[in-house]
Amino acid sequence: MEPKNQHIKAILAPVRKVSTGDYLLWGALLALLLTGLGMWVWQYLEGLGITGMNRPVYWGVYITNFVFFIGLAHSGTFISAILRIAGQSWRAPLTRAAEAITLFSLPFGAGSIIIDMGRPERLFNLLFFGRYQSPILWDVTAVSLYLLSSVVFFYLSLIPDIAMCRDRLTDAPRWQRRMYEILALGWNHSPEQYHRLEKVLDGMAVFMTMLVVTVHTVVSWLFGMTVQPGWHTALIGPFFLLGAILSGTAAVVIVLALLRKTYKLEKVLHIGLFNSLRKLLITFVLGWLYMMIAEHLTIGYSNMTEEMVVLNDKFSGTYATVFWSMAAFVFGIPLLIFIFKGKNNIGWMVFASVLINIGMWMERYIVIIPTEVSPRMLHVMGQGSYFPALPEIMITIACFAGMALLYAVFTRFFPIVPIWETADELPGHAHPAEPVPATTGD
Amino acid sequence: MPRWGMVIDLDKCFACQSCTAACRMENNTPIAGKNQADMGRAILWNEVLPFVEGEYPNVQTTILPRPCMHCEEPACIKVCPVKATYKNEEGIVLVDYDRCIGCRMCTVACPYAVRYFNWYEPEWPDDLKEHLNPEPEVQPRPKGVVEKCTFCVQRLRKARETAEAEGRTFQTTDYIPACVQTCTGRARYFGDLDDPNSLVAKLAHSPRAYRVFEELGTHPKVYYLKQG
Repeated sequence: MEPKNQHIKAILAPVRKVSTGDYLLWGALLALLLTGLGMWVWQYLEGLGITGMNRPVYWGVYITNFVFFIGLAHSGTFISAILRIAGQSWRAPLTRAAEAITLFSLPFGAGSIIIDMGRPERLFNLLFFGRYQSPILWDVTAVSLYLLSSVVFFYLSLIPDIAMCRDRLTDAPRWQRRMYEILALGWNHSPEQYHRLEKVLDGMAVFMTMLVVTVHTVVSWLFGMTVQPGWHTALIGPFFLLGAILSGTAAVVIVLALLRKTYKLEKVLHIGLFNSLRKLLITFVLGWLYMMIAEHLTIGYSNMTEEMVVLNDKFSGTYATVFWSMAAFVFGIPLLIFIFKGKNNIGWMVFASVLINIGMWMERYIVIIPTEVSPRMLHVMGQGSYFPALPEIMITIACFAGMALLYAVFTRFFPIVPIWETADELPGHAHPAEPVPATTGD
Repeated sequence: MPRWGMVIDLDKCFACQSCTAACRMENNTPIAGKNQADMGRAILWNEVLPFVEGEYPNVQTTILPRPCMHCEEPACIKVCPVKATYKNEEGIVLVDYDRCIGCRMCTVACPYAVRYFNWYEPEWPDDLKEHLNPEPEVQPRPKGVVEKCTFCVQRLRKARETAEAEGRTFQTTDYIPACVQTCTGRARYFGDLDDPNSLVAKLAHSPRAYRVFEELGTHPKVYYLKQG
């Protein structure tokens, strides 16, 4: 017996047809993705010299992208694992939309490391000759494990819905029906299956929560483990993690608003979800501010020579514009919007969330570049400089386009709102699996 | 096993750059060209770095010739994810160019900025190309890998081979890197730091001796004698 869900028609509607608009969008995104791929081939043939990187700025936009995309990926795990453990049942309608961000941004995060390599064809040296003392290998391990477990977690919660697609979308093309049939793994909505699924997801949620903390901390240790001024701080781990969850949650707001609008899911993705996310975002923005102050006050107060060179460069030097606009984008403007305008207003919420994500990208940039520009040997080497070159810009755009493409295609073949998790009644459950919250989200 | 180290007397150095030139010829570092050099992409295993303090007319200039420090506790080795950079049994820090994946974590981690990345395939003007050093250790490095000063390991190998061919035991004084040999002001000393009678060991214990960024715990094997 299928789960009963009053919104099942609305949720399955986007899956029923691929419009001309879709093909145009997919085509445009694919073109951007292929341009980036072309740039990468060029870079592979010529060498990393075609980028803006130099000495001492050995890491540039690619590593910024790596940190940013891995951060974006924390959206899904936060919503579906951490909030699952915390028993926040309001999150049910947006779990899959959030997890899909995780799934589709991770490949571009991991890919950015490969794009940044001077000899990408030697990637497997990591397996053959790996040195576990190196933060790079910690990253490789953590990120690949994260990608693998995200795929499993995502797929498991997708199975009952695939089964519903299999049973209901009988007019779909043959290959598509065949795909649902295979992926559904013979799911027949028996109460026992649902019990087991819930149990597995609960267990995995604990694991995923630990993993999400580990992954972004390890990402930050790429910098924190060196002795370079501005990087060598114990706070960098928690700071990166919080920033990741902040940008991830903001990304969920953007995606949710887009889905709601384009796929007419207003009833399912109701305004209450935005109001709940608003509260989370206010908390994270304030947390981010706290870490920002803690970090910079410690550095500024102690007044150590090399550290101050980097700090002054951010506060009042070359990077002052980027630094202060970043602070306004991540903290100043969004907080005002969330508090005074955000409630029951999706437009303002999306605007603030876009600002947060632009700001968070800038934040990653401002953590990485100024330290490299003013290395410890600065007094004898002179100030470095860095500006991304065309290939770096195009590859960055391609990464974002690629992520959007995967997302757009996915939503046309699979229900983006979990039908069984938002069901009014699940087989074998006396009560709704996840109680549908009041519309205000309070 | 000797523990190779270097001492540079800053009172004697007058920044003639002959160490940089000799290093370039000995180790086949590619010619970057003016544009690339302006972008900070020149590869110079040995650099002579000027440190200018104060403003005209009260200017004090310190010159710091900087090879690789060949640290006892190198920041570069532990961050290399593929063990491409390593310390050999005589304490010399080397790079395996066939294994390096070009992630540049070592270049970022080294506080002395001694590591260089090959942004492009290396190039030389034709006239120079005919005179590249034929030793196997210094064959041109491919693009996309990191390289650095090796204390001229090829010279160490050759010195051992010569000693063997001449039927005598190898002396630590048989080998010096190109920069030490060429130094016009005789400002550089090289030898076994573990041999208490060697000149480098004595100079390393001079009251004028110091190491760069001693506080980082990297324990460099290059000592400087204070200008003074």
